[in-house]
Amino acid sequence: MLRIALLLCLFALPLRAEEVVAGLSQSRISISTNFDGSEILIFGAVKRETEIAEEPPLEVIITVEGPSKPVAVRRKEKRFGIWVNTDSVEVDAAPSFYAVATSGPWNEVIKDVEDLRHKVSILRAIRSVGAEISGSEDFTDALIRIREGDTLYQTNIGSVEVSEQTLFSTSIQLPANLTEGDYKARFLLTRGGGVLDVYETSIAVRKVGLERFLFRLAHDQPLVYGLLSLAIAIFAGWSASAVFRFIRN
Amino acid sequence: MQIYLPIAEVSVNAFLLLGLGGIVGILSGMFGVGGGFLMTPLLFFIGIPPAVAVATEANQIVASSFSGVLAHLRRRTVDLKMGTVLLIGGLIGAALGVQIFNTLKAIGQVDLLVRLSYVVFLGIIGGLMFVESLNAIRKTAAGARPPARKKHTWIHNLPFKMKFRTSGLYISVIPPVLVGVLVGVLAAIMGVGGGFIMVPAMIYLLGMPTKVVVGTSLFQIIFVTAFTTLLHATTNFTVDMVLAVLLLVGGVVGAQVGTRLGARLKAEQLRILLAIMVLAVCGKLALDLLLEPSELYSLGQAAGH
Repeated sequence: MLRIALLLCLFALPLRAEEVVAGLSQSRISISTNFDGSEILIFGAVKRETEIAEEPPLEVIITVEGPSKPVAVRRKEKRFGIWVNTDSVEVDAAPSFYAVATSGPWNEVIKDVEDLRHKVSILRAIRSVGAEISGSEDFTDALIRIREGDTLYQTNIGSVEVSEQTLFSTSIQLPANLTEGDYKARFLLTRGGGVLDVYETSIAVRKVGLERFLFRLAHDQPLVYGLLSLAIAIFAGWSASAVFRFIRN
Repeated sequence: MQIYLPIAEVSVNAFLLLGLGGIVGILSGMFGVGGGFLMTPLLFFIGIPPAVAVATEANQIVASSFSGVLAHLRRRTVDLKMGTVLLIGGLIGAALGVQIFNTLKAIGQVDLLVRLSYVVFLGIIGGLMFVESLNAIRKTAAGARPPARKKHTWIHNLPFKMKFRTSGLYISVIPPVLVGVLVGVLAAIMGVGGGFIMVPAMIYLLGMPTKVVVGTSLFQIIFVTAFTTLLHATTNFTVDMVLAVLLLVGGVVGAQVGTRLGARLKAEQLRILLAIMVLAVCGKLALDLLLEPSELYSLGQAAGH
């Protein structure tokens, strides 16, 4: 009995032995009027009580994920000579932003089973159930392609630097067209494709100042916001006319 | 200088917006049009979501038409009574237009509707204007005078007649109300004032004297676009105040420059230039619909969540 327990401990020990201790250069991103994208530096270390195992090598995967929203993906087809949206597939939850950075080639850092369990790759991070149109993979592929084009989805293979099997760091570029919400940063520690430890922290992305005020006003008090827009327009129109008359006289 | 638009949720260059406002302002000053029909497609091209472009442009038109109508009021070239009749039609039309807009937005066809409306209307107006100004140039070259308009049409036989003193008209209220409804629908769907449709309709259909046409159309446009702005703001939350202000500043300055430039050109030359421009925008939009797009898929907000 004791021997079995000891054996279990021995097996469990190397799995628990390595843990992530991580940090971010900023845990809060403010979208102000002059927001033009942002770069966050992500770094950390591996905490361990045992000797460093040489083989298989330690790998690190870092993901940053924006809030998920359902998205309608539409496909154009030629009808009556013009290109019209016809079929559409609703993707139940697609992160508004998703970046995954690894310390090595994809198939070396994580096994497919682990990817499925932890939803690490972009394709796994998107949830699409109950799509009835045939070839709905095309729609998910298109969603990824379009968002990759806008740098909203990024796969950075080999961009995590690991030194001495202990310290790691990477930087992730956040584009200018970012949406508000709580972003989730995940750190996965793997050896031989198996996940040893997962650590999660969050980054708050918020509109601030004027941006926040206008956005909240537009959604909470739409009538006031509309009237304010009109007041500005009418004032601008009146002052233009007044200034013009002043110049002419 | 990049600036993040709070409602559109995109980051754009502030000087680009000021410049666009300025250029469209110059054109509107030169040609006496609101410029909405040029500005909205330009906003599409620089990546503003169509729903935001349409709603925000309506807000900008309020400013430019208000500035214009003040000048006309001082010159007493606004037919307030006719303006009010057109306005009643306009408000009905705008309410209808926003309904159509929202229904189509839900099924993902709003882009198509907006673009198709642009292609059809810009094509018709641009084509007519081009032919008409070419003829005018040819006639002035030959030294002939344009023929007088026919005074009596079927329009004068409709019921509910009303006297419009400033325009010197005694006609039925049905045609002006219908013109108003049509312009209102267009204002809501296309994000334009509709001056480019209302002005010809007032001259040729209602037979109003040319000198009161522009002022009256501006008077009506203020209220219709103000109403459209409010409807878009309260139902779609798509009016972007930051975008509107940037366009306004550029537009106001541009309009001053444009008015001076316009005074140096001949009327026919101006109109032919405007026609070419309208046709160019129309052509670009039509090509987008006709040619196979490089990306067949597009993303939209999912409905029913």
